[in-house]
This record gives sequence, C-alpha cells and structure tokens, in this order.
Amino acid sequence: MDFFLYSKVGQMLLAVLALLAVVVVLLGGARLADRFAGRSRNFWAAVAFAGPAAVLLGVGLVYPAIRTTIMSFMDRRSENPVGLENYRWIFTDPASLQGFINTFWWVILVPLVSTTVGLIYAILVDNSRFEKVAKSLLFMPMAISFVGAGIIWKFVYEYRGAAQEQIGLLNAILVQLGFEPLRFLQDSPWNTFFLIVVMIWIQAGFAMVLLSAAIKAIPGDIVEAARLDGVNPWQMFWRITVPSVRPTLVVVLTTIIIATLKIFDIPRTMTGARFDTQVLANLMYDQSFTFGNNGIGSALAVMIFVLVVPVVVFNVRQMIRNREVRGA
Amino acid sequence: MSVAPANPAITEPGRSRSLPDPMRATRRSAASSAKARLTSRIGSVVAIVIAILWTVPTVGLFISSIRPEGEIRTSGWWTFFTSPSFTLENYQEVLFGRASSGALSNFFLNSVVITVPGTLIPLVFATMAAYAFSVLEWRGRDTIFVVVFALQIVPLQMSLIPLLRIFSGTAAADAFPYLAVWVAHAAFAMPLATFLLHNFMSEIPRELLEAARVDGAGHTSVFLKVMLPLLVPAIAAFAIFQFLWVWNDLLVGLTFTGGNNAVQPLTARLAEMAGSRGQDWHLLTAGAFVSIIVPLIVFLSLQKYFVRGLLAGSVKG
Repeated sequence: MDFFLYSKVGQMLLAVLALLAVVVVLLGGARLADRFAGRSRNFWAAVAFAGPAAVLLGVGLVYPAIRTTIMSFMDRRSENPVGLENYRWIFTDPASLQGFINTFWWVILVPLVSTTVGLIYAILVDNSRFEKVAKSLLFMPMAISFVGAGIIWKFVYEYRGAAQEQIGLLNAILVQLGFEPLRFLQDSPWNTFFLIVVMIWIQAGFAMVLLSAAIKAIPGDIVEAARLDGVNPWQMFWRITVPSVRPTLVVVLTTIIIATLKIFDIPRTMTGARFDTQVLANLMYDQSFTFGNNGIGSALAVMIFVLVVPVVVFNVRQMIRNREVRGA
Repeated sequence: MSVAPANPAITEPGRSRSLPDPMRATRRSAASSAKARLTSRIGSVVAIVIAILWTVPTVGLFISSIRPEGEIRTSGWWTFFTSPSFTLENYQEVLFGRASSGALSNFFLNSVVITVPGTLIPLVFATMAAYAFSVLEWRGRDTIFVVVFALQIVPLQMSLIPLLRIFSGTAAADAFPYLAVWVAHAAFAMPLATFLLHNFMSEIPRELLEAARVDGAGHTSVFLKVMLPLLVPAIAAFAIFQFLWVWNDLLVGLTFTGGNNAVQPLTARLAEMAGSRGQDWHLLTAGAFVSIIVPLIVFLSLQKYFVRGLLAGSVKG
C-alpha cells in the first residue's frame, strides 16, 4: 500500500487503477439501467456515459470561467468589488500596453509568415522524390515543446562581446561577414521579432501539413483543364491553387492566430519577458501568480477570451458558408 | 499551447476521411504542375534553404550537447566537424548531478507521472461522452453538445486561478500532489476530445450498432465490443496528440504544481534553468535534448497517426 501512496510511480498506477474502477462502475451502471429502468433507461445510460465529462467540464471550465469573470471586477484578493478598475489598469499601465503592442505584432506576423512558408514549401516539395523526408524536416518542430524550441533558438541567438569567439550561429555568421555581433534578445524593439521567429519556426510545419493535404485534394480535371488553356505557373498558383485551398487557408490562419494570442512559453523561456518583450498571456501569469493580483490577472484572462471570440466566430461563419456553397 | 477551437471546416464528418494521406505522394496535382513549370531550379533552392533553416538549429543543439563543456564555452558547435570530440558527461551531470545542475532525472519521472494519467483520463472519458452524444438518444442532447463544442473557446487562462483554488490546501492535494495537474489536463482536453471522437463515431454506420442492439446487446456491450474496435485509429490519433500536448505543456505544469519542485514537469524545470543558468550551455543543450527526445521518438514512429489527428481536428493552440 505504501508503494501506491508514497512513490511517484505508485501514485501514477493508482490513478490509472482508479480510472479503471470508475469506468467499470459506470459501465456496470449503464448495463443495469439498460435492463431494469423502463422509460428513463436512455437517460441513465447517458448519465453513466457522459457524467464524468460533464463533471470535468463543469469543475474545470464552466465554473472557473464564470468565477474568473467575476474576479476581474474585484480587488487583488477577490474580496471587494472595484468596478472597472482592473480594466482601467490594463489599458493604461505602460507594461500592459507594451504587452498589447507586442501581442499585436505576434498575431499579425506569426500566422502570415508561417502560412506563407508552409504553402510555398508544400507546393515546392509536392510529388518530389524526397517529399516525405522534406515534409518531416519542416514538421519536426511541431513535436518539440515551446520551452525546448526556446532553448534551441536562445542558443542560435547567443551573444558574446566582439573580442570573444562567438558560439551562437547567427552572431558567428555576422562576425564572419565583418559586422558587429548583435544582442538579439536584449535590444528592444527588435528582440520581440526575434522571438516571433521561433513561433513561426514551430507553426510553419502545421500550416504545411494541412495545406499540402488540401492541395492534393484539388480535383485533377481542374488542373488538366487549366493546363490545356495554357496558364502559366503564376496564374496556376493564384487562380487554381489558392482559391481551391481557401477554406483550409482560413482554418490554418485562424488556428495559428488563436494559438499565438495565448503565447506564453517562448518569451518566458527566452527573455523572461524582460527587455520589453512582454505579451498578454505572460503578463496574466505574472500578475496572477508572481504578484498575486487576482483582479488584474483575471481581467487579462478575460481580455484574451474577448480577443479569441471574434476569430472563432469568423471561423465558424466561414464553415457554414462553405457548407452552403457545397450544397450540403 | 492551450485549448483552441477545433477546426470546424475539417472536423466535419465525412470530409476528414476523404483527405489523402499528406505524407504520401500519389498523383499529379495543381501544385506539382505549377512547380514543374516554375523554373524548377529556383524552386529547389528555395525548398532546400527552408529545409536547412528548419533543421540546423536543432542539429546545433544536439551536437553541442555531446561536446565537452570547455569546448562549448570557447568555440561554436560547427567546429565539431573539423575537430570532433565527444562526451556524455553533460547528460550525466544534468540528469543525475547535484540539484543545482538540474537533477533532471527526477523531473523526467515527474513528466511521465503527469503525462500517463493526463492522457488516459481525458481519452477514456471523452470516448464515453462521445458515445452518449452520438449514439444514445436523450432529451437536450444536441443543445448540450453545442455547449461542449462552444467551450473550446474558453482559453486556459480563464480557468487557472479558480481551478487552482479548488485544490489548494485540501487534504487530497496534500496526499496526491499530482491530482490537480491530472484534473486540469483532463478538463482542458475534454471539449476538443469529445468533439473529435463524436465526429468519428457519427461516421460509423448505424446499421452495425442496430444489428447488435437487435441481438439483445446493451449499450455497454455495443460500446465495448462494436464501437471501440472500429474507433481504434481515431483513439490512437487523439492519444498521441494529447500525449504530446501534456508532455510539452508549460503553463498547466507550472501553475498546478504550485512551484513544488518535487512534482514539476521537465518543461518547468528547463524554463527555470534557461533563466537562472542561462550561460551553462553544456547543461541547457543536454537538458533540452532530454525533454525533446521522447516526443520526437513518438512523433517519428507514429507520424502517420499524428498527422491524421491534425487533419481531423486542427491543433490545440
């Protein structure tokens, strides 16, 4: 028994066993409901099957989201209401405004550049001999954590004084070409853009995989017809490829926008969000957990939510429109 | 990353399956003929440049991690090719050395202990919920399903503080320090997982299930004996997805372990080291590689399923 209670692996096994036990009880309950209860049997079966999910969603998302919204109108210890004071802070404090401006650049650049790179690369390697390997190379960063990617790139950006031997790849190249080494991560405002590069590096593979699948799904007869009409590659790209993959483009862009709005790990790992590289999600973490200000932290969480909503609404409306066009 | 909406346009039932496997080159497409006519030499150069840009940083990290500390400090990793020297000492030190050098083996174990239940719990409960939403018939079903779908909008940040407060200071949290992380990961995964698995289940022909029902099978046996075997590819896709997400997560791991070193995952420890030991590249490179290697193996060996999961449901942002 001590093994299960007092060792890490034991606790893990205990959790898995507990999960099994819960499933057995629930499925057994569903079975009983199926046999005995008359009219309400479907109801009880639904309770057994969907119950755990409902509890998790209620405790983990619904209640906390409501509570956070309420807390955003209260003071730092969530004791007294303060009206809109927290929101006034996030729209006037210089550090917070810096966070908004940086997040704006993140959200503009990451989706655009990574989708562009992904699309171009997908087209270039399509049906080439090395397609599979080539795709894996671009896609691999998707498997790496933001923290891992942050360290990988921090090493690429590493700076040493001009007198020393450079061990960071970029500065070594700069010095080789006769330039002064740059402090990529310390010098504002460009440091934010060097952090953005890391996110582009991670997301391009995602864009590439989805767009590549969409490109392969373009009907062959459309391509043949266009070719018989003698279109040049440029026209083929803009008039056939891009319109055909438009729904996927929208999906890729919106998905990356949403991920980027919540970016947190990269600034935290690479600069600690210092040197003017603050972003909203990291500011939220700092305010809530470093400075213990639940009011401002909650208000920032609500801000992130408010920014995500229009993107999702747009995405869903596009989906409905695409469905209508297809007559489904 | 955090919970992002799935992607309606491609999660739609019927469509996801018709997409070809993107990792396989099959036939000539619009892109290929565009490419064929493009001055293909320029195209190849661009592709190769992109491929190099996307690979070199990781290679540099790996090579550095196997060079002796003294050499990492004084010369670039590319000198390895002209004067190679090899050591595993960095790994020895960062994994099993003094606490101040990382002691990552403990955190590696924490990551495993967090990830296994953090993947299994949402997987099992979401599969069951998907059955309730796609096969069972009950009043209010479709309304509630829309609510579950809509919950994907809620960013993780919205639930951190209140969910943390539910656990902090309770006897359960003291006895089971990982409990809060497990529950948090399970809850955050639920909307996307339920939605995806529901879509896959909706594609299973009703006749198969009806036939079993007519033969007198209850929902429990239909679920276990008919539905689950048919759903294995979808479940595998989501399992890999969730595994990578939990293993790579920083925000949840950092928040719900309350700065408790005894239970923190690898990512939290590494992020902390990048700040406090930012110049000790022999430790950082080896440490980063320790955290990367597991998802990389999973990714390389199960890439097909991973890609299928992506195509079916976009990514958790």
